[in-house]
Amino acid sequence: MAMPMESPITFSNVGKIRWWQRGIFASQTGYVLLALAVLLVVMHFASPYFFTEGNMQNVAKNFSFIAIATLGVTFVIITGGIDLSVGSMMCFSAMITSMVMTELSAPGSPAGSLFVHMAADGKTVLANVPGLILLVSILAGLGVALIAGLVNGFCIAVLGLSPFVTTLGMLSIVRGLGYVVSNGRGSFPGGPDADYFYALTSGDVLGVPVPFIYLVILALAMAVVLHHSSFGRHVFALGGNEKAAELTGIPVVRVKIEVYVICALAAGLQGIIISGWLGSAPANMATSYELNVIAAAVIGGANLAGGIGGPLGAIVGCVLLEVIRNGLVLAQVSSYWQQTLVGVIIILAVLVDRIRSRMI
Amino acid sequence: MTNAEATPVLELTGIGKEFGAIRALHGVDLQVQPGEVVGLMGDNGAGKSTLVKIIAGNFRPSHGEIRFAGNAVHFNRPVDARAVGIEVVYQDLALADNLTAAANVFLGRELKRKFGPLALLDHKAMAARALELFGELRSETRPDDLVKQMSGGQRQAVAIARTRLSNARLVMMDEPTAAISVRQVEQVLGLIHRLKEQGVAVMLISHRMPDVFAVCDRVIVMRRGEKRADKPIHQTSPEEVTALITGAKEAA
Repeated sequence: MAMPMESPITFSNVGKIRWWQRGIFASQTGYVLLALAVLLVVMHFASPYFFTEGNMQNVAKNFSFIAIATLGVTFVIITGGIDLSVGSMMCFSAMITSMVMTELSAPGSPAGSLFVHMAADGKTVLANVPGLILLVSILAGLGVALIAGLVNGFCIAVLGLSPFVTTLGMLSIVRGLGYVVSNGRGSFPGGPDADYFYALTSGDVLGVPVPFIYLVILALAMAVVLHHSSFGRHVFALGGNEKAAELTGIPVVRVKIEVYVICALAAGLQGIIISGWLGSAPANMATSYELNVIAAAVIGGANLAGGIGGPLGAIVGCVLLEVIRNGLVLAQVSSYWQQTLVGVIIILAVLVDRIRSRMI
Repeated sequence: MTNAEATPVLELTGIGKEFGAIRALHGVDLQVQPGEVVGLMGDNGAGKSTLVKIIAGNFRPSHGEIRFAGNAVHFNRPVDARAVGIEVVYQDLALADNLTAAANVFLGRELKRKFGPLALLDHKAMAARALELFGELRSETRPDDLVKQMSGGQRQAVAIARTRLSNARLVMMDEPTAAISVRQVEQVLGLIHRLKEQGVAVMLISHRMPDVFAVCDRVIVMRRGEKRADKPIHQTSPEEVTALITGAKEAA
């Protein structure tokens, strides 16, 4: 029996789980990653334009536009919840950010007088540090997301409402509020800090789109939080067995509220980034994006029953969706096929995982 | 055996519990001494589970007083009971299937290491300690395996290992031997002996007469929400206990 010396137990009946039977190799994420790799190879042969720098940048940018929100919703899905309000949240945060920015940049307005004043030649001059308006407006956008997330979390964790119903309501509430504050018109980021705003949301660093950089940083942070902090451990425990989590003294209510807040903040940030790319925050922005986001999370291996999921899966799901979309365009297939294919892939991904877990 | 002068680790006086119009418990008095193994027996619906849940902090009693090591205590949540030194092995074991054995053992009280401002999980220390505990329990359980893939006995070991993390003074086990193999029953009973040697009081809730008579110093029988008997094990017999449980004998 070749056991390490320090082991106080001899394992005579219990075999060791092999490396390919554990971790990523035994997860849906692993299989979908493999499928993605195959798809990339196929695309390379199908279209000479696929692996060009321009197209890669385009793909990276496009999937980053839903991937940050997918990271957020993955937290919620791991706890066994769901957040349908992410699409509306993206729009509302983006809208609040650009409206606050426009308001603060108007010299005559009550709030604006703190930040800008009119010079003698009629030009708007900053009253204080450059970037302050931008900072305040982004904080305002994230602030409304924070509040919506807190309300979601409170209703679900404290009042015990079902996550589906609560966030379905929030979807409508937030979308409605967006129409109310904007009167149905779009809003545009404007004023002296608008250039910074566009640079921070749709610019690139050495050819890498900035949304992609944010995504990588946030995904790494999420991996550390999920697997190396007690909060992450509690998120998984909550999805695995909520009753056990409660009995072992995990602050279930707090963890639940926190995941909905994280999800709303991620959606808000995502919305702000999208509005920078669009150049405006229209009132119907990101409509039904929640479905793409949840689909990406599920394709990437997050289990809607709770307990399973992670940042890699969220990103793989988003990349797969985007590569399919991009591939269909390059292959000159009607883009109307996209939705149908996405649906097929959702079912296939879950089916393959189901078959695999039956075989073991 | 029990020392008459010692402060009981647990003392219940006049504990009663009503759920609406249903009286689940009525006037239960009982004492558990340090290092004593007490069997709690009774048919389904006799009030065992309610009593356990009151001691564990899941329910608050409608009447009566709980004293732990001489001090009156009021538990609002299971964590409060755990904080004073009451550990419970639940019948459904309260394990998260998607986590590893070590993660389950340390659930809610993870070991952490400081990295500057961050406190990150200390996976190595938790796995090492869990392996040690599984060794003590003589259970072939690997700390890094998922609970999902484990046998009933291994799950039991994980749930029991959890109670060994802190210096518990009272461990309550709800049907610990109900779903495991004969060999594993021996192991669990052995563990109960080891807890006893260390001065830990154990309350064993079980349907299995042989187990109760093998390890317990005293047996308490519940029927229809009341305590019907409380006898040293050598002054009673399985036949008498059965009669008390079924109601063939009213009280002893």
